[in-house]
Amino acid sequence: MIVEPQCARFDSIALEGGATLSPVEVAYETYGHLNSDRSNAILIAHAFTGDAHAAGISHEAGKPGWWDNMIGPGKAFDTDRYFVICSNVLGGCQGTTGPGSINPATGRPYALSFPVITIRDMVRLQKMLIDSLGIHKLLCVSGGSMGGMQSLEWAVSYPDVVRCVIPIATTWRHSAQQIAFNEVGRQAIMADPDWSEGEYYDKKPPARGLSVARMVGHITYMSDESMREKFGRKLRQKEKLGFDFSVDFEVESYLRYRGNQFVGRFDANSYLYITKAEDYFDLTNGTGRLNDAFRTVDTRFLVISFTSDWLYPSYQSQEIVRVLRRINGDVAYCDLQSNYGHDAFLVDIAEQSEIVRGFLDSTARLAQAA
Amino acid sequence: MGQAAAPIYHQQPVTLAERPDFHVIGEIVEPGSRVLDLGCGEGELLAWLVENKRVLARGVEISPAQVRRAIARGVSVYQGDIDEGLADYPDKAFDYVILSQTLQETRSPLQVLREMLRVGRRAIISFPNFGHWNVRFAMLLNGQAPKTKLFPYNWYNSPNIHFLSINDFEDLCREHGFPIERRYFLAGARRVKAFPNLIAQTAVFLLG
Repeated sequence: MIVEPQCARFDSIALEGGATLSPVEVAYETYGHLNSDRSNAILIAHAFTGDAHAAGISHEAGKPGWWDNMIGPGKAFDTDRYFVICSNVLGGCQGTTGPGSINPATGRPYALSFPVITIRDMVRLQKMLIDSLGIHKLLCVSGGSMGGMQSLEWAVSYPDVVRCVIPIATTWRHSAQQIAFNEVGRQAIMADPDWSEGEYYDKKPPARGLSVARMVGHITYMSDESMREKFGRKLRQKEKLGFDFSVDFEVESYLRYRGNQFVGRFDANSYLYITKAEDYFDLTNGTGRLNDAFRTVDTRFLVISFTSDWLYPSYQSQEIVRVLRRINGDVAYCDLQSNYGHDAFLVDIAEQSEIVRGFLDSTARLAQAA
Repeated sequence: MGQAAAPIYHQQPVTLAERPDFHVIGEIVEPGSRVLDLGCGEGELLAWLVENKRVLARGVEISPAQVRRAIARGVSVYQGDIDEGLADYPDKAFDYVILSQTLQETRSPLQVLREMLRVGRRAIISFPNFGHWNVRFAMLLNGQAPKTKLFPYNWYNSPNIHFLSINDFEDLCREHGFPIERRYFLAGARRVKAFPNLIAQTAVFLLG
C-alpha cells in the first residue's frame, strides 16, 4: 500500500488561548475507501512525535507508517472495511502549521511568536478537516498516549460526531510526573545555546538539547524489564569497561542513536509547544469533575492500558472507566499484559488488535441497526 | 509484571449449550432491558442476550484473557473485581444484575447480593447446589473435600471459596429480607420440582 501525503488549507482557526491562527494547513493521509453513506470513517490521532504517516509505505521515503501493524487490509483497523484518516497535529513539524511554519505577517518562521496551543485546538483542527472531507459522523477516533487524549477530547467536544472512541495508554489529565518529564525535555532544549530563544531556523538547530530531551523521553517509554531484556549491562563494542566517558554500555549507545536520529526529523520548538499542550490537558478544565465532562456523552468507549506502562499508568485509565460506569456509559476496558512499558501500544499489538477489531465490528453493526 | 497468571480453572471456555442455567436466564430477561453480568467470562450469555433479546449489555470480569475475548465478541466488558466494582454504579442502573455460577467465588457474597439489589431492579443468581446427593455421598464415603462433576476442583485450586446449598440460600434470603420472586431448579438441563436440595445440580433465583 503506497500512500501519498495530502494537505488541507483553512483560512483561520480560533484557539483556546484566545489567539487566531491564519491561515492554517493540515497534512494528512487516508487509507481505504469512504463508503457511499460515509459511515465507515475512522480518525487516528498520533502520539507526541508521530505524524500523518500512520500506515502503508510512504511514496517519498519508502517507510512504513508508525501504526502500520494496526492499520491496513485485514488488520485491526481494517482498510478493506474502513476509511482511515490520520493528520499531523497542530503545532507539529511534519506538514501541519507549527512554530517552524512561515508567519505570513513577517515572512519568517513563527518560532516563539506561535501561539500556545492545546489538545482541544488540535481536535478542533481535526474536526475542520473531517468537515472538509464531507464526513458528518466518525465511526471511531483512536490513538495512544497523546493520541488517546485527543480521542477523549473528541468524545467530550463533539459527542454527536463520533460513535466510539478507543483511547489507549493515556490519561484524562496530565499528572505531576508527566509534566515533570516534559519540563526536563523543555529545559534540555532551552539550555542549549543553539536554541537562541527559538530563533534558530536560519542557523544551527539546538541538536544537543533536543537529543537529550529525546533520550529522557525514550527512557519513559520503556520499562525496567524491557530495558533489562534489550540491553542488560551489555557493553558496546568492548570487552571491558573503558574507564572513561566514551560509550560503555549498549543502552547508552541506543539512547544516543535515538537522540541523534530524532534531531533529523523533529523541530525543537514543536517539542516545546506540543509538550505544553499535553501538560495543559485536563478534560475537566481544572474542576476535577470528570462526571460533568462526560455527562452529555453517549459515545461507546474502549479503554486500553498496559500493565508495565509507568508513564501513563493503568490507574489513570481506570479513573476514566470508573466515571463512565458511574454515569452508566457504554465502556469496555482491558489492562493488557505487556513488558514493553508505554511503547506497548506501538509494538505489542496482538491482543490489542483482537479487542480493537471486535469492538469496531460491534460498533459498526450497532450503527447499522440504528 | 504485577499481573497474576490466569488461574488454571479459567482455561476451558463454556458454550451456551453446556450451561442450562443460561437458558433459564434467557427466559427470565425481558427484551430491551438493561443487563449487567457479574463475572461474565467471555461474554457468551451477554452476546446471546444482545442477539436474542436486544438488551443493553454490560459485563464485569476479572480474568484479562476472558475480558479480551468478551470485548472481541463485541460485548462491553470491563476488567475488574465484582467484590469492589459495583460501588460506582448508581441505584437501579440496571433492570437485571446477573451473577451466574459466581456467588460461591466472591469474597463477600452478602455484600455482593446487597449491591446487586441496589444497582439492579432485579437480581438473577445461579449457583451449583452443594446439597446435591452426589456431593453428600462423596463427602460421606471418602471423608474428603468433595470432588464431583459439579465441583470438579481440588480443594487447593478451586475458585469456590464458599459452599452453599439451595436451602442455605433460601435461609439467607429469608434472614436478610431478599424477596424471592421465582426459583428454578435444574438437574442437567431438566427442571426439578421435588426435593430440589437433594436432586438439583443448579439453582437459579430471581430476586427483586
